[in-house]
Amino acid sequence: MLELFPFRKTIPFMSWGKATTAISLITFLFSVWALWDRGLNLGVDFTGGTVIEVSYDQAADLAAIRSTLEKTGLPEVAVLNFGTSRDVLIRLPVKGSDNAAQTSNIVMAALTAANPGVELKKVDFVGPQVGKELYDSGALALLVVAFGIMAYLAVRFEWRFAVAGMLANMHDIVIILGVFAFFQWEFTLTVLAGVLAVLGYSVNESVVIFDRIRENIRKMRGSTIPHIIDDAITTTMSRTIITHGSTQIMVLSMLFFGGEALHNFALALTIGIMFGIYSSVLVASPLLLMFGIKREHFIKPVEKKEEAVV
Amino acid sequence: MNRFPLWKYVLIGFTLVVSFLYTLPNFFGEVPAVQLLPLRAAEKVDTALLGQVESALKTANVAYSGMEMTGNSIKVRLASTDLQIKAKDVLQTSLGERYSVALNLVSASPSWLTSIHALPMYLGLDLRGGVHFLLEVDMKAALEKSAIRYQNDFRTELRSDKIRYGRISREGKVVTVHFSTRDQRDAGINKLGNVFSELAFVPEDQADGFTLAARLKPEAEIRVQEFALQQNITTLRNRVNELGVTEPVIQQQGASRIVVQLAGVQDTAKAKDILGRTATLEIRMVDEQADPLAVSQGQAPFGAEIVVSREGGNIAVKKDVVLTGDSITDASPGFDNSSGQAAVHINLDGKGARIFKDVTRENVGKRMAILLIEKGRAESITSPVIREEIGGGRVQITGMDSTQEAADVALLLRAGALAAPMQIIEERTVGPSMGAENIDKGFHSNIWGFFAVVTFITIYYRMFGLFSSIALAANGFFLIALLSMLQATLTLPGMAAIALTLGMAIDANVLINERIREELRNGATPQAAISAGYERAWGTILDANITTLIAGISLFWLGSGPVRGFAVVLCLGILTSMFSAVTVSRAMANLTYGRQARLTKVSI
Repeated sequence: MLELFPFRKTIPFMSWGKATTAISLITFLFSVWALWDRGLNLGVDFTGGTVIEVSYDQAADLAAIRSTLEKTGLPEVAVLNFGTSRDVLIRLPVKGSDNAAQTSNIVMAALTAANPGVELKKVDFVGPQVGKELYDSGALALLVVAFGIMAYLAVRFEWRFAVAGMLANMHDIVIILGVFAFFQWEFTLTVLAGVLAVLGYSVNESVVIFDRIRENIRKMRGSTIPHIIDDAITTTMSRTIITHGSTQIMVLSMLFFGGEALHNFALALTIGIMFGIYSSVLVASPLLLMFGIKREHFIKPVEKKEEAVV
Repeated sequence: MNRFPLWKYVLIGFTLVVSFLYTLPNFFGEVPAVQLLPLRAAEKVDTALLGQVESALKTANVAYSGMEMTGNSIKVRLASTDLQIKAKDVLQTSLGERYSVALNLVSASPSWLTSIHALPMYLGLDLRGGVHFLLEVDMKAALEKSAIRYQNDFRTELRSDKIRYGRISREGKVVTVHFSTRDQRDAGINKLGNVFSELAFVPEDQADGFTLAARLKPEAEIRVQEFALQQNITTLRNRVNELGVTEPVIQQQGASRIVVQLAGVQDTAKAKDILGRTATLEIRMVDEQADPLAVSQGQAPFGAEIVVSREGGNIAVKKDVVLTGDSITDASPGFDNSSGQAAVHINLDGKGARIFKDVTRENVGKRMAILLIEKGRAESITSPVIREEIGGGRVQITGMDSTQEAADVALLLRAGALAAPMQIIEERTVGPSMGAENIDKGFHSNIWGFFAVVTFITIYYRMFGLFSSIALAANGFFLIALLSMLQATLTLPGMAAIALTLGMAIDANVLINERIREELRNGATPQAAISAGYERAWGTILDANITTLIAGISLFWLGSGPVRGFAVVLCLGILTSMFSAVTVSRAMANLTYGRQARLTKVSI
């Protein structure tokens, strides 16, 4: 039997409470600071504007492209390389004028006139009002997912589990957003989808541990609650690492082969998976302890009566 | 304890065979094709046309690999994209007048697959290349336009009953009629209130007279807006048909928006131009009394306005509209018989023809301007002198610079007028090469990730790892088959979701396998361990997947475009993975170990 984690003894995770709370708090505060100070580098999906990707048949001359585009009179054109030296990304803010949708036509006409070897790969134009709506519905989706999962956990387990699980996972989300803000990686709709998927996915982790805690509470009558939690984490440890390892393999595959379009999505998932493991083990469970989980929450009074009869 | 009844094996086998069948078309890929669609909906595609296409291609020496009639179109399969373009040119010249010829891709899978509706997955625009537009209809303008119509109608109605009125003014969507006496106004309320029940009338006594303000009732306002949206959708559909795009998507989104998706459009600038144009045609009389000097300086006389003329300079036209583009039933480019100039021939409907006849009879010797109004700017295309009464509803407009322009104007007129102007508020264009690149990227992410996971799991769990891997592969088939059957749109984020669900699906098997190991460690017999492993893990698997499902459903509900594509695949992937991880792997474990009564060792 090949075992990467042959833990036979229960690891005293709960006794590390102070240290892990400190680590969580520091990373959390760091993320909040990054979000506050730098803010998310929101993509065109949310801010509105035009992003054009073009590719040339040979290495692109950015300076020439810039001067070509300046002549069109379009304001604040940003031109940069993207992926290879032949691929160019052109970014334009939203203009006040009505025919913002024509921007990409103007740009392409100017570029083709200057160098016929240019090929249009992608245009994203988002009007300011659409951008705002996407932003709002994104924020709403985040809330709906958070409360939906919490409600489910509350019904399936107990409110303490629900709150602990949710806090642990919101902590992950804040950290993902914080890292994106710190490095100023572009935050797009696809990244948002990744973040929300992480929210659903890393709650999995808490659910698996909670499930075990509930089972242990019924089984291990003589043990203290911290020991029960430690045992639950230790016995599920191997599964935790292997499951997340498998998902991470897939995500790495996307990071390496998925190209620019999936790059930031894969990054968000990677951070989410890493912190998902950490927070389920070392944030959610101590929180559970802190909320004062008791045996009575799971052993129904009916069972006591039966015992009395016996 | 580890035996399935026969029906379970049969069921699992059946689902595997079915999903394999429906996955198959995706492996055959697509071949280039040319599609022929009639320009007018009334025209039918028949075998005679099939013969024409055949002979046209034969004489031009273009070899094709198949030809079929589907619905009201003909698709010709070709071996390469070079031949495809050649065939398009050939058909365009020989049949282009009555049919639109478009490049297309058709499934290359054998016909027996197509006959059981096994089709390849429906690829989103980011994977096949194309344009996506979100257009917002200007509802304020739609309401103002209807108010202008009421302005004219009021005049007609009041005149027909000989009710005297002052002037009829309009501010935004409120039309105000001015009367000099209270009695006249009461008669006006009576008359107009009867005829226009959809309007709310408010009388008011002013210092200098009596007014009657009319505006649409709220429910009528909603009707006008709905009508405007529907009319614009119809117009867009006509225009898109003229562009020769296959399988266009034109849908309402929300109360005032329209989504247009055109796959495989090469010339996106042209598509945007045609869609974004809000051309309407108006025929008005030229104000002959206007002072030419004032007109050239842009000063409009009362009741008229100044527009730019294509014939040079400014021209003053009366504000009263004789006819609008709504009366046009057909428009085609051509040439003027006498001068040989490029011209557009217009056919008017019955009512339009009558009005046109009356107006031309009453105004012989005067000039009439034909205005093209784009984005709120009116431009006079031509302003000919009326030589004689024009009956029969056939009108010819000259004054175009070139035949190309005549063709463009005819296209716009034929495609109909928009009920209200529209604006593109979102555009997503993906070039054709980018689409193919994205497919490659998504495919490679999936395949390499899959092999890495399968290798790892098989080494780690041996036999049960192999079961898990087969279950994972089955999950992949289920998911792709389901996506193909539902014809849900697959996007690049959707491909990412396939990879993600494959990575997450293994979780269920890991949970089961770890449980089995644990039971073995605690001294259970192998058979009991397998059984307990599957049963105990089920509750956890369900809980863990439901949380992800909640995230997926919320994303589908609130997301748009690419996010939605991601959410659909995520949700479907969770459902298929629960089935495959538990049932398919259990079936294999049962088949392998279930019959051995004295099983002493399992490979896990």
